[in-house]
Amino acid sequence: MKVLVAVKRAIDPNVKVRVKADGSDVELNGVKMALNPFCEIAVEEAIRLKEKGLASEVVVVSVGTSAAQEQLRTALALGADRALLVETDAVLEPLNVAKYLSKVIDQEKPQLILFGKQAIDQENNQVGQMVAQLIGSGQATYASAVDHVDGQWVVEREVDGGSQVVALAMPAVVTCDLRLNQPRYASLPNIMKAKKKPLEIIAADTLGASVKEHARLLGVVPPAVRKAGINVGSVAELVDKLKNVAGVI
Amino acid sequence: MTILVIAEHDNKVLAPATLNTVAAAAKIGGDVHVLVAGQGAGAVAEAAAKIAGVAKVLAADNAAYAHQLPENVAPLVAELGKGYSHILAAATSNGKNILPRVAAALDVDQISEIISVESADTFKRPIYAGNAIATVQSNAAVKVITVRATGFDPVAAEGGSAAVEAVGAAHDAGISSFVNEELAKSDRPELTAAKIVVSGGRGMQNGDNFKHLYALADKLGAAVGASRAAVDAGFVPNDMQVGQTGKIVAPQLYIAVGISGAIQHLAGMKDSKVIVAINKDEEAPIFQVADYGLVADLFEAIPELERLV
Repeated sequence: MKVLVAVKRAIDPNVKVRVKADGSDVELNGVKMALNPFCEIAVEEAIRLKEKGLASEVVVVSVGTSAAQEQLRTALALGADRALLVETDAVLEPLNVAKYLSKVIDQEKPQLILFGKQAIDQENNQVGQMVAQLIGSGQATYASAVDHVDGQWVVEREVDGGSQVVALAMPAVVTCDLRLNQPRYASLPNIMKAKKKPLEIIAADTLGASVKEHARLLGVVPPAVRKAGINVGSVAELVDKLKNVAGVI
Repeated sequence: MTILVIAEHDNKVLAPATLNTVAAAAKIGGDVHVLVAGQGAGAVAEAAAKIAGVAKVLAADNAAYAHQLPENVAPLVAELGKGYSHILAAATSNGKNILPRVAAALDVDQISEIISVESADTFKRPIYAGNAIATVQSNAAVKVITVRATGFDPVAAEGGSAAVEAVGAAHDAGISSFVNEELAKSDRPELTAAKIVVSGGRGMQNGDNFKHLYALADKLGAAVGASRAAVDAGFVPNDMQVGQTGKIVAPQLYIAVGISGAIQHLAGMKDSKVIVAINKDEEAPIFQVADYGLVADLFEAIPELERLV
């Protein structure tokens, strides 16, 4: 069966972001970009399903500018078979991205669609769930284990109080949490091979999705700075400060 | 304007995060209705009716809603939600699971994890692991919003007397089923609602050493959290993780023990009122956000702290 993995080009998780001087957004010019870490986990899971013989083909798809080809090549180097880029310069609003992806899913007809649980830039945590709604399939968010039993996807999910297991008819949407797996590194030969794998570019407006603007970003500010703290010399002094100065115990 | 708040519950008890969500609804202004979708959740509906400021409670009681499966609950919320100006849910694992489906069904975007209400259509929310705060204005016909509980002081759980109205609608999509769940058992306060949180990191060295933190927490009436490093090392279960990918907490007092203070961890706790860091490494980044820092061996400091508090 076919597995489709949606990936996003996002800021490198180790970069400390800065707000632009005019407060219009965060500064992304000249900042290192990478495959969103949760998407890496989704790609890894798809490749493991292929290695287990459960998946026959792994297709990666991204919505974004031409620069996202770099992240699709990374996914190909990790083991995906081919890549699709839905190219658009527009701001990536979750519902619009979900609509483009659902059109791609209509064409590709995968039995499993994997997402990261959220992108670390906008932290929306929406696209996987929205795609599931748009294509009318079941969803398992925050997956920590994925299995295939009797024609269903059986997924363990991380929830607030512990873990939950759900079973989903095919096709299904699964969004991947941190503990699902440990993504592998791309080897140099695989990076070279990935350059020859197919990467198809689809102009977003040819998909026939009814996209629109839903929200406007009015501005961005840095978070409030905490005032400098003090170092205490002993546990007794700490307890005294907490009781008599901060008044929190 | 009428606002629909989705109650967070386990069919038995109304979760405290619902009170913070109602507080956000009150800031937007207008009548507040609460939807309790579940099975055998009569006590939850009664508790919701007592929340201060709630005008009406809608109770949808059906086996299809027993485990909050999003495939079944989202169509219910979308159907009811068409008549509302705003639909709000707490940014819990349930809220985040269900609400984007509702938004897609209503053909609108969702606004995730708001921390403040500027006006009926403008909200603030953290992005980039809390390293920037965005102000966004929504032009959606129905505003679908998840609320970060720590951004809003809860409304009173008592004082209201709303009418409870049964909702007959039953949606069973039949494409998903609940298999089982394993919930961590704990007598300590719930992590996201606790006034004091004691958290351990890699510096705890092993799971057994967390007993020192449990002893301190019990003395303080605190909840116990952990960094991702401690969870990944298998010291404690993952529902204890505080951070960008775990729980967001903002207690009165947060005591970080043996935690270096990576940005992903800080994203989950830096809005705490008072932060204490206990760490051997005086260069650890956690000291930059701590109100009180103690450079010490935690295995000496924690038992002493437990004796003195």
